[in-house]
Amino acid sequence: MVATLVRLRFLLLWNALQRSPWQMVAVVIGGLYGLGILIGVVAGLVGLGFAPIDVARTAVVLAGAALVLGWTFLPVLTSGIDQTVEPARLVAFPIPIPKLLVGLAVSGVLGVPGIVTSVAALATTLTWWRYPLAALAAVVCAVIGVLTCVIGSRMLVALVSVIGEGRRFREAKGLVVFIPLILLGPIILGLQRLLSDDFDSLPQIASIVAWTPFGAIWAVPADVAAGQFGRAGLEFLIGVATLVVFALAWRWGLAKALETPARSMPAKAAKRGLGFFGVFPGTPAGAVAARALTYWIRDPRYAQSLITLPLVPVFVLVYAGSNGDLTPLNSVGPIIAFLLALSIYADVSYDNTAFALHLQRGVSGRDDRIGRVLALAVFAVPLSLLTVLATVWLTGAWTALPGLLGITVGVLLSGFGLSSLVSGRFVFAVPAPGESPFKSKPGGGFSLTLSLFATWGILAVLVLPELVFAIVSFVSGQIVYGWISLALGILLGAVLLVIGIRVGGDIYDRRGPELLAALQRLK
Amino acid sequence: MMDDARPTGAAPALEIRGLVKQFGDKVAVAGLDLDVPSGSFFGLVGPNGAGKTTTLSMATGLLRPDAGEIRLHGVDVWHDLIETKKLVGILSDGVRLFDRLSGIQLVTYAGLLGGLPREVVAERAADLLQLLDLESAGGTLVVDYSAGMTKKIALACALVHAPRLLVLDEPFESVDPVSAANIRDILDGFVGSGGTVIVSSHAMDLVQRMCDHVAVIAEGRVLASGTTDEVRAGSTLEDRFVELVGGRRAGGGPEWLRLS
Repeated sequence: MVATLVRLRFLLLWNALQRSPWQMVAVVIGGLYGLGILIGVVAGLVGLGFAPIDVARTAVVLAGAALVLGWTFLPVLTSGIDQTVEPARLVAFPIPIPKLLVGLAVSGVLGVPGIVTSVAALATTLTWWRYPLAALAAVVCAVIGVLTCVIGSRMLVALVSVIGEGRRFREAKGLVVFIPLILLGPIILGLQRLLSDDFDSLPQIASIVAWTPFGAIWAVPADVAAGQFGRAGLEFLIGVATLVVFALAWRWGLAKALETPARSMPAKAAKRGLGFFGVFPGTPAGAVAARALTYWIRDPRYAQSLITLPLVPVFVLVYAGSNGDLTPLNSVGPIIAFLLALSIYADVSYDNTAFALHLQRGVSGRDDRIGRVLALAVFAVPLSLLTVLATVWLTGAWTALPGLLGITVGVLLSGFGLSSLVSGRFVFAVPAPGESPFKSKPGGGFSLTLSLFATWGILAVLVLPELVFAIVSFVSGQIVYGWISLALGILLGAVLLVIGIRVGGDIYDRRGPELLAALQRLK
Repeated sequence: MMDDARPTGAAPALEIRGLVKQFGDKVAVAGLDLDVPSGSFFGLVGPNGAGKTTTLSMATGLLRPDAGEIRLHGVDVWHDLIETKKLVGILSDGVRLFDRLSGIQLVTYAGLLGGLPREVVAERAADLLQLLDLESAGGTLVVDYSAGMTKKIALACALVHAPRLLVLDEPFESVDPVSAANIRDILDGFVGSGGTVIVSSHAMDLVQRMCDHVAVIAEGRVLASGTTDEVRAGSTLEDRFVELVGGRRAGGGPEWLRLS
């Protein structure tokens, strides 16, 4: 039974990959990347073997605790756990829960992240090669540690699914947890600064972490090596107890989930009226705009990119490493314009096969393109321009205003044009409607990122004239170059927008059926 | 309501000649010929994977054929897609809807996309929701609809621009009996006023009762086509279908599945 579940897992992965050779390529590149990291980690662990016990202990405990924490909490945050063998789909089969638990745990360990973690954990044995007894303990502890990681991740997902279900809960959760996730970069950077100022306190922190459920198991070999057998024994008990508690909680959550399989929520109180359909013009383009704007508000996949925006200033301040100097804030307006203008470059892919309605009703390519741009422009243009005004007001850099406006307007208009062209031609593996905004198809995330960077690069080239004149104006302080940049932004941007909508619309008219066929293959 | 959309002349509602479609190595449609007379209630039946959905997608301008000719009321579909799409209303099986819209919004959207004026769309959307027993659910998001309600709202989207030809892929799947009867009344009324309906279905009884013409498709070809009485030739449509398509097994299943 356990072997069957594990085989099923690999079969599902293999079949998914066979549908597209490009996904296969992406997975291979992803695998190589993981392998590179792994080699670095193993080398580091071997190197620690030459360091004093104290240093090795600190490093292994902190890294191990971070590993367990990451495994336990990231899947809940991202909903990105590899659910190829999803418990909900196994409900109909008569599998006893203990066997199901073992099968799911083993298939978790045998995934790519599981294998990487296992190899890294077992490599801690090499750290203690000078102390045979500690090396032996490290093998046992590595096994327990890896199991804690895998079971921890499954446990929390199972528990959360017991607490809440239904579309609204899922979507709200997805959006709320997104904020700390985006801020992860700045948080880590802040922690780094904190620690680099106070490097000597690390061993103390590690000693405390060694008594927590997340770090205990990793501290055992170090204490064995140091001859502190009493402490090692206690830490081992904490580690084993953690694993047992995780497993019991998982079992409870899983049993609960199997008793109450996913069901759809009863229809909620109905809204009246037509919403945006009553506001936009009653034409095909107006209807597309009304529909798109409704989706910006109701579909978490769109709302996700809106939530990012208020965090842009935080990012800018943290990464610019400003010490009370507000000047970097001036870049926030153009950055927001950049993110927003390109946010619809995969718009047709987000429609999924619902796009068939546009084909059925014979919507012209231009109407389709104009509608999507219109919905975005309604809030993107005022939002970007107001941000520029607000930041300039804050920093007092009024002479930079025309140049900043030039870049922002240029980025917005050219970006709209570029997005119109790209989304009319290419289909990307984005999350389907109703799926978590973070769920990535195997390899889909990679090709999506690649195309995103390509689109960013092209947009950067398209707004080069505005950018050059604006920078000349910032550096020289000659405001006239700023005005030239603004004029260029409006003129050049408008031309590119018209070209993007026309060419994108023509491609769409010609290749509509092929676009739908590509969407159906992705489904 | 559809006075301006009377069939002109004797051109069949749908005329297909030598239609071919291949997906990779698999031949989905292999030189299919089909005539659907104007004003008929036409049933398209066939086993799973016979090419019904593929044929209907190509006939309505959603999927480009590899070869063959398709005329819809005399209009060459793949030379004049826009004209085709004004003539035809489609209920596709297995495609999503814009389900973050409420029911009334979705029907309004379909109408506006077809270029109808806003007032006309508003009137027709209200009529359709009433006809399909969806009035009370008009403000609910389609994503929260049951399977049967979703079918019905998709049907409303196919009807809102008053097409001359309705193409319905599995329209009665998971629809409750009362709604199914109401839908049949609507379709009968539509055919009675000169419209043409093509339905694909697995429900032989339903097709036999409802349709005046029928075609049996298997492996991408038409095995039999004509009036329902011609095709069933004295027996029931179901028996005739099994006889034409084959694949029935004798006996009562494997030994181990018998309890006594």
